Amino acid sequence: MPIAPPARARIVLASDPKAVRDALIRLFAMPPLRDLSPDGRGTAEIVLAEALNNVVEHAYAQFGGVIEVTLDYEHPNLSCEVVDSGLPMPGGRLPNGTPIPLDGQHDLPEGGFGWFLIRSLTRTMVYRHSGGRNTLAFRLEAE
Amino acid sequence: MKLTSELQADILIIKVLEGRIDASSAIQFKDRMRELTQTPSPRVALDLSQVGFIDSSGLGAVVAVLKALGPARKLELAGLTPTVQKVFRLTRMDSVFTIHDDLPLDLRHAG
Repeated sequence: MPIAPPARARIVLASDPKAVRDALIRLFAMPPLRDLSPDGRGTAEIVLAEALNNVVEHAYAQFGGVIEVTLDYEHPNLSCEVVDSGLPMPGGRLPNGTPIPLDGQHDLPEGGFGWFLIRSLTRTMVYRHSGGRNTLAFRLEAE
Repeated sequence: MKLTSELQADILIIKVLEGRIDASSAIQFKDRMRELTQTPSPRVALDLSQVGFIDSSGLGAVVAVLKALGPARKLELAGLTPTVQKVFRLTRMDSVFTIHDDLPLDLRHAG
């Protein structure tokens, strides 16, 4: 049986919550995401949404900008790269995504879930800031 | 943001008629929920069966609604689709809310 060629998708979007929503809808209507299982699509959408929302909320904050997303799929790995020209991560490092305590001692958290979700669902995660650009590259397993 | 509400016995059932609760709709969701929950009822149930996707901002908004209701009123969830269920499970928020597996809600049991 012939092996399906690796599928690639690339999309450029504006740094804005509505643009993130529209970009996700577009990405999931084309290969490779379109062709994954419902579970794989769910995992990919959670991670991509959080990664893009983080760029909008933190890297670009109030400033506008452009975000580039590139996806490569080679069964069963989805490799994702998110590039922006916004502010670098504080301390030049990725947040470690510590789970939020739900122990009744703390007020229930209304945020801080994003990096925890990303860390929970991805395998490799690489961040670099060079030439005024942030690159976040990660891989997740999605059938 | 389209939401409908219906009072059935002691439970106010609010149905979200949108496919997503995300960063671009979380504030509208909270605002609509604040309006709709003005109707007094001991229990509030959120029907999420039309919601295919929720992100961390959407999750935060649902938690904010729970907190805004105060200790005297319960917020229950029903009709979680697989990806929404995954977000609640990974963040362990499924332990904070009463989550009903079945729709329509079984109204005989008071919480």
